[in-house]
Amino acid sequence: MSRNLIIGAGLSVLFICLAALSFIWTPYDIEALDIPNKLQAPGGANLLGTDHFGRDILSMIMMGARTSIAVALVAVGIGMALGIPLGLLAAARHGSLLDELIMRGNDLVFAFPSLVIAILITAVFGASAVNAIIAIGIFNIPVFARLTRGAALPLWERDFILAARVCGKSAARISVEHILPNITNLMIVQGTIQFSLGILAEAALSYIGLGAQPPTASWGRMLADAQTLVSIAPHTALVPGFAILLMVLGLNLLGDGLRDWLDPRIRVARV
Amino acid sequence: MIRYALGRLTSLIISLLVASLVIFAVIEVIPGDPAAFMLGVNARPDTIAALRAEMGLDQSIITRYFDWVTGLLQGDFGQSWTYKTPVAELISDRIWVSLPLAIYALILSALIAFPAGIFAASRRGGPGDITIMGATQLGVAIPNFWFAMILVLIFAINLRWFSAGGFPGWGDPLQALKALTLPAIALALPQAAILARVMRSSLLDMLGEDFIRTARAKGLTRRQALWRHAVRNALIPVLTIIGLQFSFLLAGGIIIEQVFFLPGLGRLIFQSISARDLIVVESVVMLLVFTVIVVNFTVDLAYAAVDPRLRAKA
Repeated sequence: MSRNLIIGAGLSVLFICLAALSFIWTPYDIEALDIPNKLQAPGGANLLGTDHFGRDILSMIMMGARTSIAVALVAVGIGMALGIPLGLLAAARHGSLLDELIMRGNDLVFAFPSLVIAILITAVFGASAVNAIIAIGIFNIPVFARLTRGAALPLWERDFILAARVCGKSAARISVEHILPNITNLMIVQGTIQFSLGILAEAALSYIGLGAQPPTASWGRMLADAQTLVSIAPHTALVPGFAILLMVLGLNLLGDGLRDWLDPRIRVARV
Repeated sequence: MIRYALGRLTSLIISLLVASLVIFAVIEVIPGDPAAFMLGVNARPDTIAALRAEMGLDQSIITRYFDWVTGLLQGDFGQSWTYKTPVAELISDRIWVSLPLAIYALILSALIAFPAGIFAASRRGGPGDITIMGATQLGVAIPNFWFAMILVLIFAINLRWFSAGGFPGWGDPLQALKALTLPAIALALPQAAILARVMRSSLLDMLGEDFIRTARAKGLTRRQALWRHAVRNALIPVLTIIGLQFSFLLAGGIIIEQVFFLPGLGRLIFQSISARDLIVVESVVMLLVFTVIVVNFTVDLAYAAVDPRLRAKA
């Protein structure tokens, strides 16, 4: 296992554990305001300090991890659940009108500036975590559809697929039983990358007030709140920012590490 | 080449058509009555009726769509409900912040990424390469709006080299550029990280090619072969990415403008969203989507003009 994989997995697991732990325990209650204790620097009774309402920042980071992970995970889920079948379908019907329609549809979604459309969606339908998920998820669909099609096409030329066809299996069965297992690794790696992009997108949307709404804690919102406080209490901006940075960095390293680990051809090429 | 260009042009037109339909549908059809949405829950029925008439909502959906599109094509973006001025005027005021910001960031991104990528590739596996690749990992993981806040904290609040936000206008170009410098850096850095990675891997591909070996065999030094042959060829995919990044920078500027209180298109969108001025939101979003699609189209064409293999593939 590479160093990337270990560091990446370590960081990712750390944040996932923090998020999981927040369901049963946080150091403080984040909905309890404690104004006299506001803007405490890190290191005292509150390990990472307090914000302008005297809320414990570590507790908010834990709750925020939950929001970030939930939003990004469901958004990746949407992309996979719709994108992979579309890609399999396009590859199975390669060269047909259906294939052409699916691929042109993909190009179209790619051409849209995702952030602008996400803003449009959340602006019209209201700012909420659910709408943020939909807005981010839509742009994951073409990523997985294109990747699946690209990986599935060469597989269709292989002898074991021919054998399956000779056995009388339908294109749908071959896609599920033979193509899908062969592209799983690729999907896991891409899923990790899209997961990290989802975390960044969620943070950006909630920073501009179009993501999760209070009282739901979110890293992007914490940064928005910190913007006017950054000169008097820098930790209010530094802590959530580093949380996003480390989580995204961890997922990217995990993705790189998994790719090297899961794909023996690349590993051989490196040696 | 002409066949390729025509093909791309057709898909450009279809993209724009579908984009306009989607935006129109999201804004004018899905939320129910846009007039009631814009005026809020406490609006009097006669006010809503007045706005409905002004927006032309008493006409059929199809008429409204065609009116909107033909208006856009003639540069008529409609009338803002809250500002009471033509949307085209609002846009032309603000485009002079957003567009220069995107160009500035693009130049910075290229200036950082080219040397970094070339240096890393020419010293593959060495400490310089590892340091630069590590830095790009950080670069792609940093949320740019947070990086912007950190820049403000260091360079505006502590060192006082720059102002923390606002825009003085182009009356004094130097002051204007200075006001755009921190935002441009914040926008450029994550993009530079991506670009440096593309530059490095593209150059590494080229360095493995036969023509580089030939160049070395005929007596060129490593340095000469790198600069005269490899870098030139490696630039082609890099230029494509730069084209794509421009549209990202224009759209990504929306958030950075919020951090620095810059009066650009991004702020216009947000002010219109909170004022529920859907007419402005609709037209500005369409303008951004239009720019992105047209820039991508131009990049595709330019790429095909330089690289005949791409034309053949399409």
